[in-house]
Amino acid sequence: MKRMLLLGDEAIAQGAIDAGLSGVYAYPGTPSTEITEYIQRSKAARERGVHSDWSANEKTAMEAALGMSYAGKRAMACMKHVGLNVAADGFINAGITGANGGLIVVAADDPSMHSSQNEQDSRFYGKFALIPMIEPADQQEAYHAMSYGFDLSEKFGTPVLVRITTRLAHSRSGVELREPRDANALTLPQDKRQFVLLPSIARRNYQSLLGKQAGFEEDSEQSPFNSYTEGPDRTLGIIACGIAHNYLMENFQDGCPHPVLKIGQYPAPRNMIRTILKSCDKVLILEDGAPFLEEQIRGLLDESYAILGRLDGTVPRAGELNPNIVATALGRTVETGKPKAEIVKPRPPELCPGCPHIDSYNALNEVLRELEPGRVFSDIGCYTLGALEPFNAINTCVDMGASITMAKGAADAGLFPAVAVIGDSTFTHSGMTGLLDAIIENSPITVMIVDNETTGMTGGQTSSARGKLEDICIGLGVPKDHVRVVEPLKKNHDDNMRVIKEELYYEGVSVIIERRECIQTLKISKMLEKEAAK
Amino acid sequence: MKSDIILAGVGGQGILTIATIIGHAAVERGLYLKQAEVHGMSQRGGDVQSHLRISDKVIHSDLIPEGKADLIISIEPMEALRYTSFLAPDGWLIANRKPFVNIPNYPDHEQVWATIEAMPRSVLIDADKLAREVATARSMNIVILGAASGHVGMSTEELEHSITAIFQRKGDAVVQQNIAALRAGRAYADAKDLAAHGV
Ligand code: SF4
Repeated sequence: MKRMLLLGDEAIAQGAIDAGLSGVYAYPGTPSTEITEYIQRSKAARERGVHSDWSANEKTAMEAALGMSYAGKRAMACMKHVGLNVAADGFINAGITGANGGLIVVAADDPSMHSSQNEQDSRFYGKFALIPMIEPADQQEAYHAMSYGFDLSEKFGTPVLVRITTRLAHSRSGVELREPRDANALTLPQDKRQFVLLPSIARRNYQSLLGKQAGFEEDSEQSPFNSYTEGPDRTLGIIACGIAHNYLMENFQDGCPHPVLKIGQYPAPRNMIRTILKSCDKVLILEDGAPFLEEQIRGLLDESYAILGRLDGTVPRAGELNPNIVATALGRTVETGKPKAEIVKPRPPELCPGCPHIDSYNALNEVLRELEPGRVFSDIGCYTLGALEPFNAINTCVDMGASITMAKGAADAGLFPAVAVIGDSTFTHSGMTGLLDAIIENSPITVMIVDNETTGMTGGQTSSARGKLEDICIGLGVPKDHVRVVEPLKKNHDDNMRVIKEELYYEGVSVIIERRECIQTLKISKMLEKEAAK
Repeated sequence: MKSDIILAGVGGQGILTIATIIGHAAVERGLYLKQAEVHGMSQRGGDVQSHLRISDKVIHSDLIPEGKADLIISIEPMEALRYTSFLAPDGWLIANRKPFVNIPNYPDHEQVWATIEAMPRSVLIDADKLAREVATARSMNIVILGAASGHVGMSTEELEHSITAIFQRKGDAVVQQNIAALRAGRAYADAKDLAAHGV
């Protein structure tokens, strides 16, 4: 059998390819990006014609994957946890339409917010949509989750959510591969109106989804992702979800003396939970993310049974788990090495030296200095680092696309100047619709699109905006004279300041496109050019 | 056999190459391996660390527990000190001497070096200088790996074999440079060790 050293993300990608995947749809987002990147680089995927282009955002990705499933093929949509918020409309409704070809949505959660604005737990979405979920514990399970998940999806005609967390996504380990399976043939759903969510059909489909729940639970009781291991010391039972199981076992190199219920498929196996509750004096629940299962088992008021976890403080309420946190929760003392020396200073991330955004912010800052109390509404990308020293250039960062809409709201309130800073990729992700809102009301805002011609923060994926920004803005209705393009370079500083000032004083929607390629992607393309010339 | 290694540095310095070389050797020998990496936002000039775990038994956690690391390998001196709580009482700390100063409040260099040298098992090595002497400045991280090679659980031959396999694509000259860098780092650490034992 073939063995490969794979990141959790890569194991998911390889697992999907080997399970007969026909297409992946995604928007880059840490820690999910490497799934799609791996498929894009995979020779096997190319030979099989697996679709793997980036989507404009997670919602379009979700819907395209649903469309492919409609046609009978195996499809997946991949995103980070906050991306699932963007995709939520299509995602929840896909639960109601059901799937035809296997449909997997992968959500990569980021507890501890290594690269995110919040640490939401995607398992709530799976429960909300009433669909089955798989939460692999390691890279091998991540690989297996794909073929198992596609089978499960086709068996019940339902989408399946695969949930991982940062640690698994970005950790490497050996993975054993299985024989690849062929892609599905094109087949259409028997019911021609199954995907038409008119109220009468939606009501019928919803009943049918509710009717599947018992089957989902039964499947969960038999699932290879759920297992019950007996232990002699029943003063404590432990329920460990997904990767939390690894941290638990790290603390018991010679086997855990307590009964352990490992959970990797939801709806959680009711009978197994009943058994562990019955046979142990108390139960500790370990989950990487929110107290999702803990709340369900505890109920609203039931305090008759001792359940330990994030809610009673046995485990910290926030942040990712690790072996030490689990050791402490087990009541063990942790012997750490020397505490960090006092002289060690934090070293926050920063814009790369020579990054085009630096020149954009330098010009913007200088113009705004004369114009207090102007505010700069920012979006999410490398340019969000403009919030830190030495720039202190931005005042908000909320969600993808919010820069333009927040600037509009502030301008509506009378704030002048109201500036939005947004990247080219984020602009197509969800800035365009907000811009339309501003145009319809001719709100006095200035939108600075910092166009580095790539999705920089996640490592340089292609942006849907490629070469289309001016046309999009003019097409949406920004007056042609107020779509300005400048090159953010030191030598253009004074000219660029003049353009910014002019547009700030324009009493309508104006767009300044600050165009210069990200130096990281530039470096790579130059290197490739050199190699090609050899 | 078990080897739990924390690799530290600043985003973009290339700690993952070190992990790849050690990891390659471990996989060749048929050992279990887990390696947790840092991706995304924190890579842009921020502090980064990678946990590399190698064992002949199944490895559970992707993260090394605090107080259990056998080795800290750091491409930057202050970054080495950020993770001392992970180091086992008999663990080694190998760090580059050259500070990477991209923050205004970077501590006094002498003080950073002194703190490292006060650790019972540490090697501070001017890897940039050594790399320039025996290979190219770019091989700086391989010099550090060389200085750490006595403690990673892999033999020098195994590491050289990995370097050959990994850099082959870039040509023989690059392979030879990196092997020279590895040996120079090792020689420096061995000499220091002998000196420490009064030889
Ligand atoms: S990756 Fe590109 S866009 Fe991001 S900070 Fe670096 S140069 Fe700027």
